[in-house]
Amino acid sequence: MEPGEIHALLGENGAGKSTLMNVLYGLYQPDEGEILVDGKPLKLRGPSDAIAAGIGMVHQHFMLVPVFTVTENIMLGAEQVRGGIAGFLDRRRARREVAEVSERYNLRVDPDAVIEDLPVGIQQRVEIVKALTRDVDLLILDEPTAVLTPQETEELLTVMRSLKAAGKSIVFITHKLGEVKAIADRITVIRRGKTVGTASPEASRDELAALMVGRTVRLTVDKAPATPGEPVLELANLVVDDDRQVRAVDGVDLTVRAGEVLGVAGVQGNGQTELIEAIMGLRPVLAGTITLDGQRIDGWSTKKVLRAGVGYVPEDRSVDGLVKEFTVAENLVLDVYDRPPFGRGLSLRPDEIGRAARERIEQFDVRTSSAEAPVGTLSGGNQQKVIVARELSRPLKLFIAAQPTRGVDVGSIEFIHSRVVHERDAGTAVLVVSSELDEVIGLADRIAVMYRGRIIGVVGPDTPREEIGLLMAGITPDQQGGSPDVGSAAEAGPTATVDSDPAATTDADAVSGTGTPATTDRDVAATTDGVAPAAEGPGSEDEKNR
Amino acid sequence: MSTTAVPDVAVAAVDEGFWTRNRKVGLVLLALGLLAAVLFGALATGEQARFTLSEDAAGAALEVKGTVGAIVFGLIALAAGGSMLAGLPKRWFVPVLAVGLVAFVLSFLCWQVSAAPTGQNFMPLVNIVRGTFLLALPLIFGSLAGVLCERSGVVNVAIEGQLLMGAFSGALFGSISGNVWVGLLAAAIGGSLISLLLAVFSIRYLVDQVVMGIVLNLLAVGITGFLYERLMQTDAARYNSAPRFSNWEIPLLSDIPLLGPALFRGNIFLYLALLLVLVIHIALFRTRWGLRTRSVGEHPTAADTLGVRVLGLRYRNVIMAGAVAGIGGASYTLALFSFTKNMIGGKGFIALAALIFGRWSPTGALLAALFFGFADQLATYLGAINSVIPGQFLAMLPYLATILAVAGLVGRVRAPAADGKPYIKG
Repeated sequence: MEPGEIHALLGENGAGKSTLMNVLYGLYQPDEGEILVDGKPLKLRGPSDAIAAGIGMVHQHFMLVPVFTVTENIMLGAEQVRGGIAGFLDRRRARREVAEVSERYNLRVDPDAVIEDLPVGIQQRVEIVKALTRDVDLLILDEPTAVLTPQETEELLTVMRSLKAAGKSIVFITHKLGEVKAIADRITVIRRGKTVGTASPEASRDELAALMVGRTVRLTVDKAPATPGEPVLELANLVVDDDRQVRAVDGVDLTVRAGEVLGVAGVQGNGQTELIEAIMGLRPVLAGTITLDGQRIDGWSTKKVLRAGVGYVPEDRSVDGLVKEFTVAENLVLDVYDRPPFGRGLSLRPDEIGRAARERIEQFDVRTSSAEAPVGTLSGGNQQKVIVARELSRPLKLFIAAQPTRGVDVGSIEFIHSRVVHERDAGTAVLVVSSELDEVIGLADRIAVMYRGRIIGVVGPDTPREEIGLLMAGITPDQQGGSPDVGSAAEAGPTATVDSDPAATTDADAVSGTGTPATTDRDVAATTDGVAPAAEGPGSEDEKNR
Repeated sequence: MSTTAVPDVAVAAVDEGFWTRNRKVGLVLLALGLLAAVLFGALATGEQARFTLSEDAAGAALEVKGTVGAIVFGLIALAAGGSMLAGLPKRWFVPVLAVGLVAFVLSFLCWQVSAAPTGQNFMPLVNIVRGTFLLALPLIFGSLAGVLCERSGVVNVAIEGQLLMGAFSGALFGSISGNVWVGLLAAAIGGSLISLLLAVFSIRYLVDQVVMGIVLNLLAVGITGFLYERLMQTDAARYNSAPRFSNWEIPLLSDIPLLGPALFRGNIFLYLALLLVLVIHIALFRTRWGLRTRSVGEHPTAADTLGVRVLGLRYRNVIMAGAVAGIGGASYTLALFSFTKNMIGGKGFIALAALIFGRWSPTGALLAALFFGFADQLATYLGAINSVIPGQFLAMLPYLATILAVAGLVGRVRAPAADGKPYIKG
């Protein structure tokens, strides 16, 4: 690393990027090898050594205490104290310091706000301020854009540029090519725990992608135009709370028709999870109705909903989708174990279960040593295939897939996507929720964008990415075509998620005009090239032409 | 591209309904008030109910005719409940609720005192207040031990065992040395030993903390019971006759009417308990140690990434908690009684309840402990005046109150997020 350099660390999910950086931050101990700082070997026994050596890190999952204020979070571990051994906190000084740093780097935060009340974009800013108050020279950003809207991402890139100008070095971990090309000075690609190459940002997308996954990837979702039929799922004015009794879904109306894929796009945490859970009977519906094929199903038990012909791939497979200690075969019949031919009276029929399992394993290309292997021993992609196989083994009216390809290898993504399209073509209504915009664009016939518990707009898959991105930030296109005063529009918007920095927003707008790939980053893990060509906006068109 | 902002529409659609939580509580209070005014009013006699500011019937007193008092206070509770039902502003909720509940209790007392046998129609408030604090003492120490432990993320079900071990070691070493201070130190060490086991097994070996706590309680009962029978009883004069702390009168303060004799002529444990509440409260919310403790109890990974030594801090806090509880145990054997088998008798669990009822804060725990102590003291008093209300009913009150608290009737109870979760690095 050079001073004042932005070094991107590029690699697929699970390639070892985060592990490497956790070692550098002293959280993990290296088994072999050493770390050199200014030519001298550095032994890190813990994060405090790393901080002392001038290394700061913004973790993928924020390391902030939710019930503390911004100042408390920032002072933690490096408290200014008075009163000698008693160690009274000097909050005033800490607040001043926070104000100073956020002023200097133009990172506005309210020092007295409580973290759990802040949107993720601001929380991330707090993390950066936290690192900066510790006088770091090297800042590690681990997948910082995963939870941000395209606009917030653009703003983060601006922040990174200003940090670079201030002489800080940044390690930027990501698997998104667009961001890398937009900001990095140097790129190191990691695959399966090994450095496989260094590249300059001038390298083409295809080169980088190939380096990353180890082969030339052609990931397209091939599908014919949809032939939507009757409405299958209808949501009317649905209202649902999250676990903290905070309104998560706030009056959603939505219709999914037979034979179409409705994609729900949105930044994570805008009510998508709660929406799906409410449909599945996993979360109480406070108001509104859910209708499946003309029948009210709100208030039904999950079992009844499943039996009514709903297939469900939950977003967190290890928590909600599978019983890890159970075998593949057992997991494949979790939904129908009590029905013939798998159960009879009080007993299970292992022979039938095993036979059906082997059939599904074959059909869905699940790579496992045997049907009797515990499902937890399978790779993420194969675990996901087990869930998909189970859910698609029943006659379905509606198939709901939440984050169907999160943490799944490229081959499996391809397979799962084709099964989703296949299910649609068989006349099932499909509802896909994904925080990967590319996945939604690739799969969906219609895209509903969710923002703060509401469907802020339903658009066609050929809508420009930038427009969807703005929707994700809570900004709807002005039908009248008024003056392009984006900054003030954003300012007038709900300040929680929309950033009120006019410069940044205008920046994003400029980007969408010229087609620079800055905001149109594409998630290589999901798609590398040409997701459903017809579905691409002008920005992506430009990309392809280059 | 031109854009417009989405209007931030008012929170929509769900009619929360008329029956908000506050209204439900109001309805319950209304019913209680009605019950008090009608039933207590009817049962109360025309005798004067006297609340004396002394230890006996003599001296200044607040007096009210039984029937009148019962009805008037009942009506006050009823009015408080009614105002909540009518839709009281949120910030008035707690004070009005407090007024209503106190009025209900007073109505009840007017009935009880006026209906007491002739010549006993008085309630010596000094005794009641002093008894409340006395009975609350082990609860205060115990729940403070809970605060120290659980704020750093270790569930402390072993309070009972820590109290018992403290009581035992205080008695034993106080007797052997003949010195109260040695006894006090031994009590603190005894409590810490139980804590040390809790710490090692739950922090180092990741044993389920609740299970570990229960096991330690049984262990403490076993060890102290065994040594009591085999050692103390063989030569009680030598091993179980610890010297006791005498009462210290605090000048000036002890002259305050009612509170003076009740509070400022107590022993060292009373002063220590109140001091500890203050100190721990300040330390928890105003010092570096407190900030780190709370961060470790809420989000240990975050604390770790900032260089806070999570496990070390947890060890330290758990052991300190044991010392505090140990001293609490000694408030029995170094001030009141000789050691007897299993003498804590479940107070440790009530302390746990006080901790939850007090929402994991030192001052909250103090108030909860006092409330529980009051219920206890009232039961004793009612027994003494041959009340028709069985004392057992009042003894149930702490548990009932805790269930209501945990069920969320008294506002949301939120434990430290990492409470009970072992921290595994990486």
